[in-house]
Amino acid sequence: MSAQAPVPAKSSHAQRALRLVLPVIVFAAGLLAWELVVRIREIPPYVLPAPSIIVLTLIKDWAVLSQSLATTLATTLEGFVAASIGGIALALLFNQSKWVEYSLFPYAIVLQVTPVIAIAPLLLIYLEQQTAVVVCAFIVAFFPVLSNTTLGLNSVDRNLAGLFQLYGASKPQTLRFLKLPAALPYILGGLRIAGGLSLIGAVVAEIAAGTAGAGSGLAYRIAESGYRLNIPRMFAALLLLSLAGIVIYGVLALVSHLVLRRWHESALGKEN
Amino acid sequence: MVERNPSPAVEASLTALAVSLRGVTKVYDNGVMALGPFDLAVRKGEFISLLGPSGCGKSTVLRLIAELSAPSSGTVRVARHEGVPQPGHGIGFVFQEPTLMPWANVRENVRLPLKLGGVPKAEGRARADAALASVGLADFADSFPRELSGGMKMRVSLARALVTDPDILLMDEPFAALDEITRFRLNNDLLALWRSLRKTVIFVTHSVFESVYLSQRVVVMTARPGRIQADIRIETVEPRGEEFRTSAAYSDYCRRVSAALAPSYSEQSTL
Repeated sequence: MSAQAPVPAKSSHAQRALRLVLPVIVFAAGLLAWELVVRIREIPPYVLPAPSIIVLTLIKDWAVLSQSLATTLATTLEGFVAASIGGIALALLFNQSKWVEYSLFPYAIVLQVTPVIAIAPLLLIYLEQQTAVVVCAFIVAFFPVLSNTTLGLNSVDRNLAGLFQLYGASKPQTLRFLKLPAALPYILGGLRIAGGLSLIGAVVAEIAAGTAGAGSGLAYRIAESGYRLNIPRMFAALLLLSLAGIVIYGVLALVSHLVLRRWHESALGKEN
Repeated sequence: MVERNPSPAVEASLTALAVSLRGVTKVYDNGVMALGPFDLAVRKGEFISLLGPSGCGKSTVLRLIAELSAPSSGTVRVARHEGVPQPGHGIGFVFQEPTLMPWANVRENVRLPLKLGGVPKAEGRARADAALASVGLADFADSFPRELSGGMKMRVSLARALVTDPDILLMDEPFAALDEITRFRLNNDLLALWRSLRKTVIFVTHSVFESVYLSQRVVVMTARPGRIQADIRIETVEPRGEEFRTSAAYSDYCRRVSAALAPSYSEQSTL
């Protein structure tokens, strides 16, 4: 599921250190080059702001930006929770009844393949703005949870299922003691994807809603700053969005690791 | 220890039978006839092996006895468990793979049949620990399956089958994936368990040597659709031990069983 290259046992510490240090060096070098180019060629900030100015703007505008960050994160969280609950619940329903799955699954796919940026303006007409934004985040994030959970519930070892049958397990027992634990790694993988996607959904909806007014999320700030040619603030807002995405992914990856570390291959150390 | 020389009368009486299959066939959904017509009678306390080429329906026989699958025709009768009703209705099943739940520790894996049958937690744990002790894994109750070797996982699987105190133990090539030395050890342990617990054991294998070493009767099956090719009684001094493995009688029996098996694999066109 997660594409991690196997680390050779020998000199693995040095390798791991390199894997941490190298991107940092690249990042620092890039920033330095950027800063130098801007200063030497005297590029004005409304064309390309230097990293130092972006950081200063981030500090100066923190009051506005932090407010926007909170708004976007709240939207993302609501969309994520709705997608998680909805996706898992629907997958469970599918698993209990083939007829429900056959009837509804095509529509889940339609929802998935229709670009959310095209749905957002419609939703903004029919729903209140805040609701519409959350629904967008939900639509984008919901499918990976649904499909991963469905896959997980169907990946139960055939012999284990036979064992449960032999010992007369009831449907709820089979679900609780066999299917859900077996599906857990898949569900967590789906949630990890959904976390990042709900942020994307929230951002897309905010941008679509931008001209409609009242929005105050980070994506709205980016659009607004663009209209005002406040390019440093655009970059600062973008930086915050990117950091938010990284943190969301990191938290979900950590949760997944903590839940699975006792037993699942994906969470095992190299000694195995 | 183990009663010998069954009279034909005993053999015929249904009450002494643990399992009987009459004219059983099994046709898969795709129309392939996997088994039969197949007749088999297993006495209570008997250790029999089903031996045959891949795809001859050996595993199907076990699945039919365990009611994991229904026969297309014929009857499958299993003696009712006497005494307190147990989860699994007196049948324990050991698969070729250990088939353990990776998310649960060894004790919880062994306790599973009791948990599903509604046995209280404390009692279930005590019985799981006892079953683990009987297969020599008392110290590993808190380990997770991935921390165990292949042979140990198989022992856990055996403990789980024994935890319900079944009358009949169905084993589907349980040691096939193990190295030979581990397999020899587990063979001896299984024989010791069988002598002390006096279960009926139906053991599916594709190893001539294993079937001769372990069982009182080797039932050799034909290629698909599986029928009985030969039913060979293995008689030797009980209890068996390593000296049987090196005896002349043992190699004699191996020769006889191999000879009975030969037509099944020479007539097999696909493999």
